[in-house]
Amino acid sequence: MFDWLFKDEWFPKFDWNWGYTWEIIPRLLEATLNTIIAAGAGYAIALVFGLFLALAQRSKSRALTFIVRELVEFVRSTPLLLQIFFIFYVGPQVGITLSPWVSGMITIGLHYSCYLSEVYRGGIESVPKGQWEAATALNMSTLQTYKRVVIPQAIPPAIPGMGNYLVGIFKDTPMLSVIGVAELIHTANAIGSETWRYLEAYTLVGIIFLALSLPAAGFIRAFESFVRRKLGM
Amino acid sequence: MSLFEFISQYWPRLLSGTGITVAQFLLSSVVAIILALIFALMKMSSNRLVKGAAVTYIEIFRGTSLLVQLYWIFFVLPLFGLTLEKFTAGYIAIGMNAGAYGAELVRGGIMSVPRGQWEAALAINMSSAKRMWRIILPQAVGIMLPPWGNLLIEILKGTALVSLISVTDLMFQAKQINASTYLSAQIFGTALIIYYIIARFMFTPFMRWFEGFMARKLGKA
Repeated sequence: MFDWLFKDEWFPKFDWNWGYTWEIIPRLLEATLNTIIAAGAGYAIALVFGLFLALAQRSKSRALTFIVRELVEFVRSTPLLLQIFFIFYVGPQVGITLSPWVSGMITIGLHYSCYLSEVYRGGIESVPKGQWEAATALNMSTLQTYKRVVIPQAIPPAIPGMGNYLVGIFKDTPMLSVIGVAELIHTANAIGSETWRYLEAYTLVGIIFLALSLPAAGFIRAFESFVRRKLGM
Repeated sequence: MSLFEFISQYWPRLLSGTGITVAQFLLSSVVAIILALIFALMKMSSNRLVKGAAVTYIEIFRGTSLLVQLYWIFFVLPLFGLTLEKFTAGYIAIGMNAGAYGAELVRGGIMSVPRGQWEAALAINMSSAKRMWRIILPQAVGIMLPPWGNLLIEILKGTALVSLISVTDLMFQAKQINASTYLSAQIFGTALIIYYIIARFMFTPFMRWFEGFMARKLGKA
């Protein structure tokens, strides 16, 4: 289709092979599914654990707040790649042996939970103080206040941030290839080392990422306005 | 082996790795800042072609993984006749990736400079280039410094990926030492702490100082 664009005299080493491309697409699509599963599971961990981190930073105990705050800062300012290695290699030394899959999803989930805790915190802090006072006046318990009053109002402003990190976690899954999780880059590397052709595999991986993350970003924007309308904001 | 013994034995390799990491960080930051400025201005252009080029660049680099971009630049670009050395490929890839995110920050910063400033510069007959350089950008820098601080931390973390194309940075050294000694906790723990020290106790205070410096320059402190 684009053969006219790549004349041999321009790029002598560039030879896109369509037959080969169709051959590797099924393998890459399978790997795409793995990538989505890894990102989804990691995100689920991050959503739940991030909420705990956010609530812990709001607790009355100064020590707890300080420790969690420092932990979040530490995780946010060190490379995910290094954290993946750390959990995967140090775990067995202290008696926790995890498969690459589990270890990878836990690491990426914990990493992003620190980012999500900041998003939750911002959302919770955006709820006006009067709402808390009104809930107290109605004799609601803290749990009830969070569940019925604060969290529903904290979610809409948090959605853009939560959505960005969903796309972010998806784009960070290639790092799991270093411990042998069979996601897109891992598969592309395997294909490349079998045939010594990297052009098609890496280019397709890039296209697959674009094809998934651009619509996801649009979907998140639509979802945010949907939630806002639902809650009458 | 205790942590102290460990460090006293391996500090030369850790130090040289840290040096490479810092070099990668500084070079990628420079590339990112220059690209962010160029593409932000291009995206604000009224020429459709220029604007389209900037939007395409930003969406491609924000829509794919840094690791994919790095591998593509290192393994595929040579087929187009452009072979980069691994060290160069590393900071170019990270800089191009962060530049796409930075372009949106620069654009946001420029847009949030009050309209009156634009009009005043026009009223005293400044050319548009001079207006941008002397009036708008300095104020925009003041506005966008905090998000740039976060982006530069992301760049620092991104430099760990260059170890995967065997640039001998801190991450690479840590992996090598781990492979030959199996002292995983010591080596990966030490590397984590080194990254943390660079980010938290060297870079963050510098950004605080720089934010204060800009605020004073702009007469806001």
